[in-house]
Amino acid sequence: MSLAEAILIWPDRPALSFLVLFVIAMPFLYVAREPVHALIARLVRVIVNPLRLISRWLSETAIKMRLRNREVLFAQGGREVRLSIEREFERVTTLVQRDLEGYPAMQRKLMDEITRIEEDYKQSGEVPPPPPEWVKAVDGFAKIKNNGDGVVERILADIRDSIDDIYKKILAEYRGAYQERHHILKRSLPFWRSANQTLQQVDRNITGLHDSAAKIDANVIKLQGIFGKSNETENALTSSASTQFFISGLVMLIAFGGAYVNFKLISLPMSAMVGGGDYITANLRAAEVAAMVIILFEALMGLFLMETLRFTNLFPLGNMTEKMRRYLMWASLIILLILAGVEVALAVMRDTIVAADVALKQTLGAGEAGAAVEAGWVTRIPTFGQMILGFTLPFALAFVAIPLEYFIHSGRIVLGAVFVQSLRGGSFVLRLGANLIRETGKLLIAFYDIVIFVPLAIERWVKRGRSEEPKEESTVRPVPSLENQYMGR
Amino acid sequence: MKLMKGIFAVVLAGLLAACDSEQNYHHSVYMLVDTSGTYSKQVGKAQNVVNYLLGTLQPGDSLAVARVKSRSFTERDIVAKVSLNSDPLQVNSQKRAFAEKINEFAKTQQSGKGSRYTDISGGIIQAAEFLRETGAGRKTIIIFSDMQEELDYKTVRDFPIQLDGIRIIALNVTKLDTDNIDPRRYMDRLEWWEERALAAGASDWKVVNDMEHLDRIFAKRG
Repeated sequence: MSLAEAILIWPDRPALSFLVLFVIAMPFLYVAREPVHALIARLVRVIVNPLRLISRWLSETAIKMRLRNREVLFAQGGREVRLSIEREFERVTTLVQRDLEGYPAMQRKLMDEITRIEEDYKQSGEVPPPPPEWVKAVDGFAKIKNNGDGVVERILADIRDSIDDIYKKILAEYRGAYQERHHILKRSLPFWRSANQTLQQVDRNITGLHDSAAKIDANVIKLQGIFGKSNETENALTSSASTQFFISGLVMLIAFGGAYVNFKLISLPMSAMVGGGDYITANLRAAEVAAMVIILFEALMGLFLMETLRFTNLFPLGNMTEKMRRYLMWASLIILLILAGVEVALAVMRDTIVAADVALKQTLGAGEAGAAVEAGWVTRIPTFGQMILGFTLPFALAFVAIPLEYFIHSGRIVLGAVFVQSLRGGSFVLRLGANLIRETGKLLIAFYDIVIFVPLAIERWVKRGRSEEPKEESTVRPVPSLENQYMGR
Repeated sequence: MKLMKGIFAVVLAGLLAACDSEQNYHHSVYMLVDTSGTYSKQVGKAQNVVNYLLGTLQPGDSLAVARVKSRSFTERDIVAKVSLNSDPLQVNSQKRAFAEKINEFAKTQQSGKGSRYTDISGGIIQAAEFLRETGAGRKTIIIFSDMQEELDYKTVRDFPIQLDGIRIIALNVTKLDTDNIDPRRYMDRLEWWEERALAAGASDWKVVNDMEHLDRIFAKRG
């Protein structure tokens, strides 16, 4: 017999039984109304209050986290901009040092060239000597009139011939002088060109300086924004951090692909070094762990290399002397080279193992020993490929340090923002839940009153009846009107 | 801080548990090949199975192949056995030598006459002994037989045997002429063997007649 059947008065007529039970229970429910209301209210408070408390705590934590993130964001942004400015200044310093160092020589060269050009110009400007004094005498003769005298005519003809000869001679000298001046100008052409090039070089240097100055200006403006801690700067920095996070994440993903290929290349031959029969877990061999360790070691050496080359700034190496830094760099590079060499050897070993395995499987498949395939240079191409991959992948892996640094720095910002949003979301959900529970409590109280609506209706009717009964006369003395008070009544 | 210490302790414990040297993850396989009566003609198929096993076994694993004949509880019936080295190139040579031995065995069996009786129980006891000695984490007995045991009147095998943690695979269980008359005989035979194996503590019992998909049984490791 089920519980429902047990409490039914007439089991074959459940509806009627429930109705009768309901009618019987109604007075009890009416009497228990206030305690039940109080119980529901307390229950709601018990659930709602902690929820609201947690929600408030989450909200406050989100605010604190946001402020902290903001500080970190500005600090990182400021550091990056400062580094950028420092790099620009270094570039400018290098440019200025280089150009100033060469500037006296360049100036001397330019002055020499200008002096030479001036001299050439002067030389080319020199006019030929004026015609001799006898030209005036000839001019006097020329004024003599031809009066038909044979002697005079002959003298004049002789003079004319002489003058023609002299004219030709002078003309030839004149042309020769001009030709010489042209030669001088032609000779000074390379100096012009050289001077032009020198001036162009100066112009280029000045332009480079101008560009660097513009970049420094832009970065200084950015730094001012960061110091000002404006919302625009915060948004710009967050957006920049998100972009960096995704880009570096993508690059890291590609690097992981490379590491996986590397792992596949060396895990099989590693079994010949560390033993193929050793297992760490059922599906993880010691050889695979060793291969993974080698790859991680390569990445670590790459990290140190990038750090010592100042490409990254992940470790506090500021207290290290320059000499030590250089030692560390060489040590990292040499270890990386050795590991790359080991990988080349492992690639060769892998090829040998795979070839032996293929030959064995062919033999087992054929049931008899198969003929060995002659190894030509074409069949050796995969081996060379594996060797090259084995040598280059460690160095490619070394560059992971750069995106890793960006990933870590931007990850702090992005994950911090995501965490703040999660806290806010959690706070909102808890607050919503608290409100829903509170309203559900109210709904339950109302529902309870609906269930016991008959006794409640009777109660209201009785109260209304009492309020309509004639009230006893008030014993309070009526206040006399102002007029009566004035009249003394 | 306490939480960090707790996490560190859990990680360390996990690593230590993972690096537990007592745990052996090697696989040992003992294959019994029925050479009695007409079943001895199936040795060619058994050789294919051995070749497949050789292809899948890893360095550190063990493999033995033994014949089942009138009385099989003896080391003399082990045709070939090998514990694979840790060096992949040496493993290759070992596998090659093993395959050669099995090839020789198959040739002699196909030309020879099968034994009169079939002592599967004796072979299983011998196999269990061998597998326990290897200390492998995963032990498998492959019985390449029709599972029809026939013993002479002197041979005693009706006693409880110990197969704790050993997986039993009955491979290529062919139907006899009598099974064709009454298939219940075949079903009852397999059921009897299953009950006996599980009662002896075997971790698993399988009957595989599809020789094309051996990878479904042997591919999984651990």
